[in-house]
Amino acid sequence: MQAAGQATAPGFAHAGPRFDAKWLIIALCVALTLYLGVVPLGFLLWQSFFTPQSAAKAAQFTFGNYAEAYGSSDTWLLFGNSLKFATGAAAMSFSIGTLLAWMNERTNTPFKGLFFALSVIPLIIPGILFTVAWILLGSPKIGLINLVLQKLFDTEMVFINVYSLGGMVWVDGLHYSPVAFLLMTAAFRAMDPALEESAIMSGANVLQVAARVTLPLALPAVFATLLILFVRAIESFEVPALLGLPVGLQVFTSAIYQAVHRYPSQIGLASAYAVTLLAMTSVGVYMQSRLSSSGSKYATMTGKGFRPRPIDLGRWRYLTTAIFLAYFLFIVVLPFLVLLWSSLQKFYAVPSMEALSRLTLDPYRTIISYPNIVRSVWNSLLLALSSATIIMLVTSVICWIVVKTKMPGRWLLDNFASLPMVFPGIVLGLAIMILYLTLPIGVYGTMWIMLIAYVTRFMPYGLRYNTTSMLQIHKELEESAAMSGASWTTMFWRIILPLLKPGLIAGWIYIVIVSIRELSSSILLYSPGTEVLSIVIWELWENGQYVELSALGVMFIFGLFLLVLAAQWLGRRFGIREL
Amino acid sequence: MLTVKGLCTDYLGERGQAIRAANDVSFEVPQGKLFTLLGPSGCGKTTTLRSIAGLERPRMGEISVGGNSVYSSERGIFIPPNQRGLGMVFQSYAIWPHMTVFENAAFPLRVGRKRFSRTQLEERVNRVLKTVDLEDMAQREATKLSGGQQQRLALARALVMEPQLLLLDEPLSNLDAKLRERMRFELKRLQRELGITTVYVTHDQSEALALSHQIAVMNRGRIEQIGAPREIYERPVNQFVADFIGTTNFLDATVSGADGAEGFYRVRCELGDLKAFAHETLKAADKVVLSVRPEDIHLSESRPQGDNVLEGSIDQKVFLGESADWQIAIGERRLQSRVHPSLRIKSGEKVFVSIDPEKCVALKP
Repeated sequence: MQAAGQATAPGFAHAGPRFDAKWLIIALCVALTLYLGVVPLGFLLWQSFFTPQSAAKAAQFTFGNYAEAYGSSDTWLLFGNSLKFATGAAAMSFSIGTLLAWMNERTNTPFKGLFFALSVIPLIIPGILFTVAWILLGSPKIGLINLVLQKLFDTEMVFINVYSLGGMVWVDGLHYSPVAFLLMTAAFRAMDPALEESAIMSGANVLQVAARVTLPLALPAVFATLLILFVRAIESFEVPALLGLPVGLQVFTSAIYQAVHRYPSQIGLASAYAVTLLAMTSVGVYMQSRLSSSGSKYATMTGKGFRPRPIDLGRWRYLTTAIFLAYFLFIVVLPFLVLLWSSLQKFYAVPSMEALSRLTLDPYRTIISYPNIVRSVWNSLLLALSSATIIMLVTSVICWIVVKTKMPGRWLLDNFASLPMVFPGIVLGLAIMILYLTLPIGVYGTMWIMLIAYVTRFMPYGLRYNTTSMLQIHKELEESAAMSGASWTTMFWRIILPLLKPGLIAGWIYIVIVSIRELSSSILLYSPGTEVLSIVIWELWENGQYVELSALGVMFIFGLFLLVLAAQWLGRRFGIREL
Repeated sequence: MLTVKGLCTDYLGERGQAIRAANDVSFEVPQGKLFTLLGPSGCGKTTTLRSIAGLERPRMGEISVGGNSVYSSERGIFIPPNQRGLGMVFQSYAIWPHMTVFENAAFPLRVGRKRFSRTQLEERVNRVLKTVDLEDMAQREATKLSGGQQQRLALARALVMEPQLLLLDEPLSNLDAKLRERMRFELKRLQRELGITTVYVTHDQSEALALSHQIAVMNRGRIEQIGAPREIYERPVNQFVADFIGTTNFLDATVSGADGAEGFYRVRCELGDLKAFAHETLKAADKVVLSVRPEDIHLSESRPQGDNVLEGSIDQKVFLGESADWQIAIGERRLQSRVHPSLRIKSGEKVFVSIDPEKCVALKP
């Protein structure tokens, strides 16, 4: 804290004899951030150079893990699969998202109200449920789409097979296309419409405007979006685990899971994989940050907020409407209906008149009396609420240091707090698992380790939400509090936090929602008694209890839906538009 | 040259309802003149300009440029903006950040229907860049230009096609005060030299007065008055125009009767009886509002000869450098007067106020 002492912050000058918890709070928050952000990463790197520890033999330094990982041709296969999967999924969600964004922003396609409802789909349908739903729709044997098409054309041919690279790309790309939609919508809106209008006034036609002005200007946004989608796809765990593993198609995330769950578990090998994956995501995130800083060149001065007139598509409007409706069918209607159908059956059966007569609420009864269910709901809620609260409070202090003070090294603090961004969930789970297996402080196997994982994983989101809000608080507001004689603690509690409220609440709700559906870190960290909801769903899938899973899934989606509605209502009340 | 007749344009509000932005707007701009649409924000001036450009599709009316109809609701004509061949400068300049200065200016020639040989193109672009004094910067990245240079580049791009009509949408509003004043002279010089017919949109009255041959003052989608700058300033037709153009003192008054020469009336207001001028015919007992500009209120220490002499005292003085604003208390009322800074009378002292009847304009409220 020596360096920090040089900072001239309000309250410091007349902290004098009165006790002010300022430095204590700051020190605690900084220490926690550094600990959470840096230690697991360091340990992961460290561990990847050691042999497995056992009762008989102490761990030894070795390059063996990397030799094993890179020596085998399997790894290169893995590498290739991961790249193919991530590129494919990113390209797919990008194409869909951009098309939809263009349709919504620049044309007169109907159903515009529904477009933005789509943006919450990845939030309310967790990846694991979306994947399960698509297995029920597109598996070669029981997939409904196959059965319908086979009946229609009277053949035995398998039309679609989700258990394939193409299937993985399809499911993952579809699930995250709303993210691309939102990012590209923002890009379309950020562009000064006068840039396109002045091209029109210069005599250019629609194609010339698109090719010479719109596209070159959107290029940075296109690259940034593709990178975000690529990084996200390569971190994806649910889809590769459920669709790839049954047919031996591995990517890095699922390979890490398998290496840990093998007997004896090969933590060193998993670490070597994890380090590779981490390197890939780091490059992606780094390029993304470079891109956004060089993108400022394209941020031109904007005049009046004239929204461009939407292009009248005429009869082509029916085509765009059809595209949109088909998309809506694939991303919402079919997945949800198939889960609903299966949740009303005693044993999973494809829809038929006969099955229709056997509709039952049994799965719901089973799931409500399922041994772990109450505890896991409780665990999920406890973890979500406490991690959201801890993150928002701690990052508010971090954010204050980064935004409001001139403390040397504050950019480093910002970077450390954002570091977990590059951790894929499963890599973070692995790092934390290794750390607390080695560090004997009695955290392993308890709820605490889950809490640590959640706080670490979602810390960057909290920081981002708080920063947006913090930038809007004028320095003079806190200076006048100091001039009125308030201590730093009072100032922070009475001035900063209330003014930060929009960001705090928005971030808190977002973290609650993403925590409740967290799977890829939890799956390496839970033990009997600390299961969370998504783990129960995972276990039900492993046990083949599809109908119970569907019943739980339907209730889960319903719960998340209510949560998102509440969030949007709160957002409107406090004037937040981020969710 | 440009004729706009009965133009009505709607835009869609937040909830998708149609809001009338321009309502029955009609005017004509003769060849080579600079015509200004002036009004507060939201008065429909930009919508009118964008309708002429073709960027907005009007509901009703007719627009023709150089005798050719570009829009007519009756005959169902709507020429798309890229085929109208008009030059336009946007408020944000809309300089394309991914092109050089040269490429920005050359764009209209490259996308147009007419093909230019390379030398022809270079010759024309260089000539237009020279006109706006940017010929040394041709190979620079457009984003490296300062605000004033971007503004000139936008103008060059609009002029390169040698359009018959130039549309300017608040081109000076993004510049700082000093630069704005300089660009105002530049623009006026260029427009007069090139003799290009121009429609200019602004909310800044001094800009409009300085640049225009004719001004149309707009309010709530309608044109309130069209006239030469001096006419608009000295003889506003209603309270809105008087208030919007410059500062003015308003006095409620009642007409007592005609007074001598045509257009002059005796009126009774809270300050007493005055002689006033009106454009329209008034009759006794009509309620009117008198508009008196601060610079038309003359002060003197001894009682002057002539009409409209009142007695008051000096209440507040504000020194502005090139002039001074004084508040004169006459009974309960305070009048604002603009005086030469060399005038020295102490605050609180008695002063005589005289107003030229011609500058005391009676308006229908």
